[in-house]
Amino acid sequence: MSKIILIIKREYFSRVKKKSFLVMTFLVPILIIGMYALIFALSMQGGDNIPAVEVIDDSGIFNKGLENKKSATFRKSELSLAEAKQKVIKNEDAFVLYIPGNISNGGTIEMFSQKKAGISVINTIESQLNDQMRTKLLADAGIDVLMLDKIKPKLSVVSKELTLEGEKDSSSGAAMAVGFAAAILIYMSLFIYGIQVMRGIIEEKTSRIVEVVISSVKPFQLMMGKIVGIGLVGLTQFLLWITLSIGLMTVASQVMFKGKMDQIKSEVPMNKQAAAVSTDGPGMDIIKAVQTVDWTYILPIFIIFFLGGYMLYSALFAAVGSAVESDTETQQFMLPITLPLLFTYIMSFSFIVNNPDSSLSFWLSIIPFTSPIAMMVRLPFGVPNWELALSIILLIAGFIFTTWVASRIYRVGILMYGKKVSFAELGKWFMYKE
Amino acid sequence: MLSIRNIVKQYAKHRALDDVSIEIEQGSVFGLLGPNGAGKTSLIRIINQITAPDQGEILLNGEKLNPSHISKIGYLPEERGLYKKMEIGEQMLYLAQLKGLSKADATSRIRYWFEKMGIQSWWNKKVEDLSKGMQQKVQFIATVVHNPELIILDEPFSGFDPVNAQLITNEILELNQKGATIIFSTHRMESVEQLCDSIALIHKSKKILDGKVKDIKDLYRNNTYKIAYSGVLDSVESSLFTISEENKNEKGTHLTIQINPGFSSNDVLKFLIPKVQVTELTEIVPSMNDIFIQNVKN
Repeated sequence: MSKIILIIKREYFSRVKKKSFLVMTFLVPILIIGMYALIFALSMQGGDNIPAVEVIDDSGIFNKGLENKKSATFRKSELSLAEAKQKVIKNEDAFVLYIPGNISNGGTIEMFSQKKAGISVINTIESQLNDQMRTKLLADAGIDVLMLDKIKPKLSVVSKELTLEGEKDSSSGAAMAVGFAAAILIYMSLFIYGIQVMRGIIEEKTSRIVEVVISSVKPFQLMMGKIVGIGLVGLTQFLLWITLSIGLMTVASQVMFKGKMDQIKSEVPMNKQAAAVSTDGPGMDIIKAVQTVDWTYILPIFIIFFLGGYMLYSALFAAVGSAVESDTETQQFMLPITLPLLFTYIMSFSFIVNNPDSSLSFWLSIIPFTSPIAMMVRLPFGVPNWELALSIILLIAGFIFTTWVASRIYRVGILMYGKKVSFAELGKWFMYKE
Repeated sequence: MLSIRNIVKQYAKHRALDDVSIEIEQGSVFGLLGPNGAGKTSLIRIINQITAPDQGEILLNGEKLNPSHISKIGYLPEERGLYKKMEIGEQMLYLAQLKGLSKADATSRIRYWFEKMGIQSWWNKKVEDLSKGMQQKVQFIATVVHNPELIILDEPFSGFDPVNAQLITNEILELNQKGATIIFSTHRMESVEQLCDSIALIHKSKKILDGKVKDIKDLYRNNTYKIAYSGVLDSVESSLFTISEENKNEKGTHLTIQINPGFSSNDVLKFLIPKVQVTELTEIVPSMNDIFIQNVKN
């Protein structure tokens, strides 16, 4: 037992001490926070470069003019089309909207500018023009527009979770995002850490150190030591990411909100202030969402499914590593490992999301080979405890099984050199006696 | 010290070891010989408990081989390897602790060996920064650092330059004098003659020859002598010996003869001395190399 701890220690510290580990540990949270800050900064900046659009209306239909929005402001132009075009050529900040005289039910309206107008600008123009055109057409047809507006029903559906503990609002948006993120994280880390296990074994095999080591410990101990050691590396990385992200996020949001409040106070023009208030979306939403998620529920389940899935798949990666002598030979054996993962990943985001309680989703989240990813996607929609328990028990049984199979292949594989290995060969190794 | 009894190892259709039995005495330097693919490595792996035999048993000091023996055996495999990215001191500590040493013991023993080999400055170097010969020195230390009673060396000299080969040879002999039993697996016969007390020859999965080097050589002596003399021998008595080769030059005659059964070299001398001036008479003793080739070819 003390020997397996020695192996775990070596596997763990030799990786944690690497520069690449440190870089990854700090870079990922910084990138996350950086992205968050960028979204925030962009949303704050939106008001600075609003295109001022000059409108030439030859049709005379839109004499009410266009309403100023946060994406663009509008002004009636007295220029002719030719003059306006000249202006655009000379002035790079000029935008000219030309509405031809023969416009009616359909037709094309042109926007001239040196810089391409943004989608939000085009959208706001289109919707305003269509609204006004619709109003005119309805009036022409003798329909009372005011009446029509009055009978616009406004119903909305609020989802409430009703359980024995009472009813509560299910803020499924944030929970779903966290569930998806967890599923993606598990999907990626099963590969990242599984492949590290495989590479480590290939390294030991090709450098032939393995023969020295297994004259001291059993092959099974070496394999398990490696799997556990690398799994702990993964866990350490996650925990560091979570703490660092939350820490940085708290600091960053404090700094930003302080800055935002100052900005609102100091800015005089009314329309700009309005714009600033209405953009509090991205910043506030993230903070709010993070607070609504039940971390004490999701985090332990995430860790259990990550560890279970990792143990299950890394044993298979270990078997592959023991059978080959270089990375290039691994491909044929990788396919059966990659396929169930890829299948679950695709199913998760195309099917389970829309039918979280269907029987297919149920089975995907119960079968050990697919459950680590599928369960994370189902989790935000509410999974009964007995299903969760069953899934975890089967996952544990699953990794015990794959570890057993893998260790039988591994003990023979690591001592085999210069042989092109097939699946039939692996079967033979599996059947060998001690 | 080590009794290998009726070992059989079967790999699918290939029988790697077929009823092999060998006795290795305490304190001996034992040569395990055989051409490539004969089954030497399979046997060594079984002694190291890396694999288990299908039949037969191995006793170490009268006890059936078990995991507690791991710390008593040191093994240097033929294919050498270390963790390339790991520092040497750390790596030695790891390997020594895997053999059951405490960290403190391991540290002091490794220091001792590093000093002995003059490589103290290597402690913090990485393996990938060392030459192949340097790596092998490190590996040799890893093999013997836990003071094993039984040291198994698979082709220990491959890859060493003559200076380091001599250094390692001396270390091996010193360990042997301190009481360690050594098993050599090799097909370099000159080192066998130089170092080994006893040998076993394995060929095509079977042991075909074993015993003390001296006994085996005696067994393969066939009364062949080299004689040199000056003068002229008018008649050769055919009942005494048969000539297998004859060379004449101005200095004298060289004969290779085989003495017939019932006669000795003295009889030959008695016959020759009255007639010619004998300048040389040596027995041609077969080398281990000859014995090896002769056995493997048959």
